[in-house]
Amino acid sequence: MEDLILYITIFVLAIFVGFEVITKVPATLHTPLMSGANAISGITIVGALISAGSHHSFLTTLLGFLALVFATINVVGGFLVTHRMLEMFRRKN
Amino acid sequence: MEKVVVNIAYLLSASLFIFGLKNLSHPRTAVRGNLLGASGMLIAVLVTLIDKRIVDFKLIIAGLIIGGLIGTLLALKVQMTAMPQLVAVFNGLGGGASAMVAGSAFFESELSSLSADFLTATVASAIIGSVTFFGSGVAFGKLQGLINERPMRYPGDQLLKLTVGAVTLLTGYMIITAPEFSILYWVILIFGGFLGILLTISIGGADMPVVIALLNSYSGLAASATGFVLENTALIISGSLVGASGIILTNLMCKAMNRSLLNVLFGGFGEVAQTKDDIYEGKVKSTSPEEVALLLESARRVVIVPGYGMAVAQAQFPVRDLFNYLTERGVEVDFAIHPVAGRMPGHMNVLLAEVDIPYDRMKELDQINPYFEQTDVSIVIGANDVVNPLAETDPKSPIAGMPVLQVWKSKTVIVIKRSLSPGFAGIPNPLFAMDNTLMLFSDAKKAVEEILRSLKEQ
Repeated sequence: MEDLILYITIFVLAIFVGFEVITKVPATLHTPLMSGANAISGITIVGALISAGSHHSFLTTLLGFLALVFATINVVGGFLVTHRMLEMFRRKN
Repeated sequence: MEKVVVNIAYLLSASLFIFGLKNLSHPRTAVRGNLLGASGMLIAVLVTLIDKRIVDFKLIIAGLIIGGLIGTLLALKVQMTAMPQLVAVFNGLGGGASAMVAGSAFFESELSSLSADFLTATVASAIIGSVTFFGSGVAFGKLQGLINERPMRYPGDQLLKLTVGAVTLLTGYMIITAPEFSILYWVILIFGGFLGILLTISIGGADMPVVIALLNSYSGLAASATGFVLENTALIISGSLVGASGIILTNLMCKAMNRSLLNVLFGGFGEVAQTKDDIYEGKVKSTSPEEVALLLESARRVVIVPGYGMAVAQAQFPVRDLFNYLTERGVEVDFAIHPVAGRMPGHMNVLLAEVDIPYDRMKELDQINPYFEQTDVSIVIGANDVVNPLAETDPKSPIAGMPVLQVWKSKTVIVIKRSLSPGFAGIPNPLFAMDNTLMLFSDAKKAVEEILRSLKEQ
């Protein structure tokens, strides 16, 4: 129970930090912000790695493997496409 | 000891994500911000690989290679016009991955060790994740033109959504009280998916910017919920950052259309009966590329208002040439960008950046509106509802109160459009019949090319 309160505290504080930081992103960069956010939500890859590699049962390994592929697409694709867009903004200025 | 190292590494990753997002506050520092975020992710992945629970690396390597290749291919091949589809796909995959990780943790656990906290978080992750996965699938289909873009309405639709939502929650409650029926996990995924489909299919193409932003937020919340399942702070923090980001953008998009989120989700916009008041009769003046060129020749200040129609016609390339031509001759040219000009937040800016329009020439609504009075020529290309004065004058209009670009205040307005057909809102636009408006009926790309040719000939 104590742990749960601790995690909820972290969750709420992180949301506040998120609001502070993200309201400062200009409208011009909202699309790269979203694709970058996609990449960050790929953090679930951390859980997928353990599920896919721990060989608990066929089912959990399969779920973990699929999750790993999905999350890797998100992480790699997300950061790359964000980079591609941000370079376009930097080029001319 | 190992756990301490891992947790410190996760803290470092989360901090790098926050610094990365902070650097997105300016185009100059944004590339670095993205790289900071990517290094945070690399650290998180590397430190996870030392986890003792991992006994077999074969599948991991396979998964990383497959996902990495697909991700690279998508990121390098995607057209900028298709960016909303790509983000929809990423939203879906993120939500799906989080739900599956939570599911895997659920099936790994011994029944006796399952706490109510753990189960609640698993259920939350499963519901949000599957709503996001299937909802994003529908959003992708609509954006890609695979599914009819019009909002799908049928008798009792709201009741059906409510029922499916209630059944999903009820199933979730059942699994929390009786986790031995683990098959219920799949039932949640199915009902959640059904709910995601129902919620998205009833929303029209014009509202996709809101939907994409909202699903973006959900994909973050799903990661956070999975963080609660795994008791992993990296997931909790990163997920809530993404959740906050999506909520902020959802809010901005709703404000840009002066509609509440509930209205967007359940209201059914874009199904308005087309009122055919003939406000245009005898008042619309059409013009030619040559006449526009003459007007531009003597202009000192020009504002270009791009809409999604510009991108559809691939007119951004000639628009860039026109921008360069005028700028070189000392004309001050700005782009006025409405928040919902593209098909996702900031989409139009990316389309313009792709053709090398400098970002300091892209002006937001609040920045540019006071300047229309000092503008000689405003050129509206492929935009309609966002320059409709009815939003300010007719309180009964479906777009009443929506902030619009006040182009009509400039000396002359050129509207490049194929016909007088209405935009997404399905209403006529009195701008087209105003005294200072000239209509150039043409394909956007052809029109701009011809204007440029006439300018060069003079």
